[in-house]
Amino acid sequence: MASGHQASGIQAGRLPSQEITNNFGDLHPAYDAHEAAVAADRCYFCYDAPCMTACPTSIDIPQFIREIQTGNPEAAARSILKQNILGGMCARVCPTETLCEEVCVRETAEGKPVEIGRLQRYATDVIMAKAEHPFARAASTGKRVAVVGAGPAGLAAAHRLAMLGHEVVIHEVKSKSGGLNEFGIAAYKSTNDFAAREVNWLMQIGGISVVYGQGLGSGLTLDALTADFDAVFLSIGLAGVNALRAPGEDKDGARDAVEFIAELRQSEDLSKLAVGRNVVVIGGGMTAVDAAVQSKLLGAENVTIAYRRGQDAMGASRFEQDLATSKGVKLMFNVMPVAVHGDGAASEIELDYTTVKDGKVSGLGETFRLAADQVFKAIGQTLEGQPEGLVLEGRKIKVDATGRTSVKGVWAGGDCASGGEDLTVTAVAEGRDGAIDIHSSLMG
Amino acid sequence: MADLTTEFLGIKSPNPFWLASAPPTDKEYNVRRAFEAGWGGVVWKTLGEEGPPVVNVNGPRYGAIFGADRRLLGLNNIELITDRPLEVNLEEITRVKKDYPDRAIIVSIMVPCEEQAWKDILPKVEATGADGIELNFGCPHGMAERGMGSAVGQVPEYIQMVTEWCKKYYSKPVIVKLTPNITDIRQPARAAKNGGADAVSLINTINSIVSVDLDIMAPNPTIGDKGTHGGYCGPAVKPIALNMVAEIARDPETHGLPISAIGGVTNWRDAAEFISLGAGNVQVCTAAMTYGFKVVEEMISGLSQWMDEKGHDSIADFIGQAVPNVTDWQYLNLNYVAKAVINQDDCIKCGRCFAACEDTSHQAIAMTEDRVFTVKDDECVACNLCVSVCPVENCITMEQVAPGQLDERTGDLVSGDYANWTTHPNNPSATAAE
Repeated sequence: MASGHQASGIQAGRLPSQEITNNFGDLHPAYDAHEAAVAADRCYFCYDAPCMTACPTSIDIPQFIREIQTGNPEAAARSILKQNILGGMCARVCPTETLCEEVCVRETAEGKPVEIGRLQRYATDVIMAKAEHPFARAASTGKRVAVVGAGPAGLAAAHRLAMLGHEVVIHEVKSKSGGLNEFGIAAYKSTNDFAAREVNWLMQIGGISVVYGQGLGSGLTLDALTADFDAVFLSIGLAGVNALRAPGEDKDGARDAVEFIAELRQSEDLSKLAVGRNVVVIGGGMTAVDAAVQSKLLGAENVTIAYRRGQDAMGASRFEQDLATSKGVKLMFNVMPVAVHGDGAASEIELDYTTVKDGKVSGLGETFRLAADQVFKAIGQTLEGQPEGLVLEGRKIKVDATGRTSVKGVWAGGDCASGGEDLTVTAVAEGRDGAIDIHSSLMG
Repeated sequence: MADLTTEFLGIKSPNPFWLASAPPTDKEYNVRRAFEAGWGGVVWKTLGEEGPPVVNVNGPRYGAIFGADRRLLGLNNIELITDRPLEVNLEEITRVKKDYPDRAIIVSIMVPCEEQAWKDILPKVEATGADGIELNFGCPHGMAERGMGSAVGQVPEYIQMVTEWCKKYYSKPVIVKLTPNITDIRQPARAAKNGGADAVSLINTINSIVSVDLDIMAPNPTIGDKGTHGGYCGPAVKPIALNMVAEIARDPETHGLPISAIGGVTNWRDAAEFISLGAGNVQVCTAAMTYGFKVVEEMISGLSQWMDEKGHDSIADFIGQAVPNVTDWQYLNLNYVAKAVINQDDCIKCGRCFAACEDTSHQAIAMTEDRVFTVKDDECVACNLCVSVCPVENCITMEQVAPGQLDERTGDLVSGDYANWTTHPNNPSATAAE
């Protein structure tokens, strides 16, 4: 019977354990001090720097890089963290190639930006290795704020609120904090349990308690929260997953990519995590790439990303696409799933070529089949379990520029709220800004 | 390939690149390696009197200033003259010169300011067969406190006196090495010439504290818990050296006196610049100490290439070519008007020109919301700061406003006449234009 890559079906241990460990090592290894100095020296200290404008948390990038360059990574880290308390995670997962590094003038000049993300990681690693938390709480205000959801937005809001002297209770439906930092995101971007370490570090500010196993609709109501607390911040993410709406998608072997990634992230031993021989990922965003690449790293023989639009429309950046192809993932464009076939378990997926007219995708009726013992659905997440009474915008909770929802005393941020891209860094900015607005509202 | 053969004071060397008197030329072993690597000549590290040699510190002797990527820009040292016995050095010089008759060997000397001391050492040096001597009147640390080195170089009368002794007791060329730790470099150069020197060499190192160790609160390099001032050299000192060389080259009293230029020569271009300002050859130390002797290959190939491009057959072709164009400020043409021009195709929109001009200069650069930077001709004084801070070479240029055109800043038409400060109406001591 074939083993390794060629083992049929969904199998664990397709690669030797050590190889899997190596495969899931740091995507961008940390700089040492000299590498950081050399990288920092490349920064031009631009006036009104484009990188800073491009950063959703408006980190003063020229300033922190200059602080690294002058041998003071701790000061650099404070410059980063005062804007973005999850600066360590953002340094690892931000699509810098479409944010700060895309607009770096050295990208314009040489096609090689200052490596802002790696420099940010260097500085934040240095300060997080210290025993002392870099921020102190203001005197207690006596106000209590409830945060629902311990993802990036909720954590950022909680930290800022605690820093401003409020007492914060985070309600998290899962048994662990971190949100997508902990349960989403490719493992090679958050190695050595970084997400959990960062949460512990953040909590050192004090004044934040977390209640696990509680979410809206599971033990909590918005009415009760607004009654018990002076303010409420909702950061409940997008718990729902879009369906393929293709026959056979409920067959064994077809599942949501986010669920696979969460299982992978929580796995103690990746050599025991099963993956298909022929994996097809439906979708074109970061989740699709994370699922596809990690399938390949686990030892899947053939991994294909099938995206229904053209390459330019793909949500995953060109960097992510190149990462996928470099790991041996095949990218297919303008194809959409028609059906998942198989006798009980999936064995093939039927795809149709598409055309896009006026933004609308339609099938051409030229179908073909790919071997697929595992199909990952990564076609987007949706808001689910939101409380009654909140006005929505599109399919998200409607908020104004400072995160206020339609209900008095309730703010929202992160992926569940309208406005901004669904990125960790955007969530952090929204959490921070919501907290600041809650503070002025409570103290005003 | 241009011929780099150089004749300096009648001393021939295959190229104008000599190693300066310093650690790289302290021993036969180093000098042989240097000659094998292609250096045209060496100035042997300074010899002292017969008898127990000087001693050096046993802690760090060097401190450094770095640019990006730890590129060494300036080096400071507290090393003294050779700490090996005179006899050993003389024997080695004799052997090396015999084996490398086509290379220049100059012997650097520093003995007390007494005629007898010079009278004693010079015949011994002459006996080595070396091509000439260089008088070390420049070392700013350690020896100066003993009445030697820069203590002599700072007193023109002493320079002249010692030079005269050397000319009296030594038959070959005498080069006087000058210290830059002095207000007017022309004075010691004139003294050397008056004493009969065949040439001057400059600059020796600059008195300096390279940095302070903020943990132990002492200057670097630190010996235990104390440090001292040392001699500064390397690329950072080149501008100071260029000016001093030019000052001597254009001083009517010393014009034409051969100069061996020293001070931050790191590549072929530095050498070409020194030679254009009047040097007959150059001496190198820090570049060799930073990169090893192999650097001379780039100096040789680069200088040859440039000479070929410019049509120079020999070094002598362009010695001093730039000297007539070095003038005093008061003779600069005040009717020459230029404006900065930013090439939008090359601009990478970093905004450094804007920050520099807006914060620290003349508010002559405009910035749009989408980061387009343009020069305001009615404010621009052509100061060149924007060019200096722009990270893209030639993105900003200074363009002359032709005579007859409007200078938008002054509202006047640019005059084609030459007019300088000496005739300017604002100058209280102006002389009427003829």
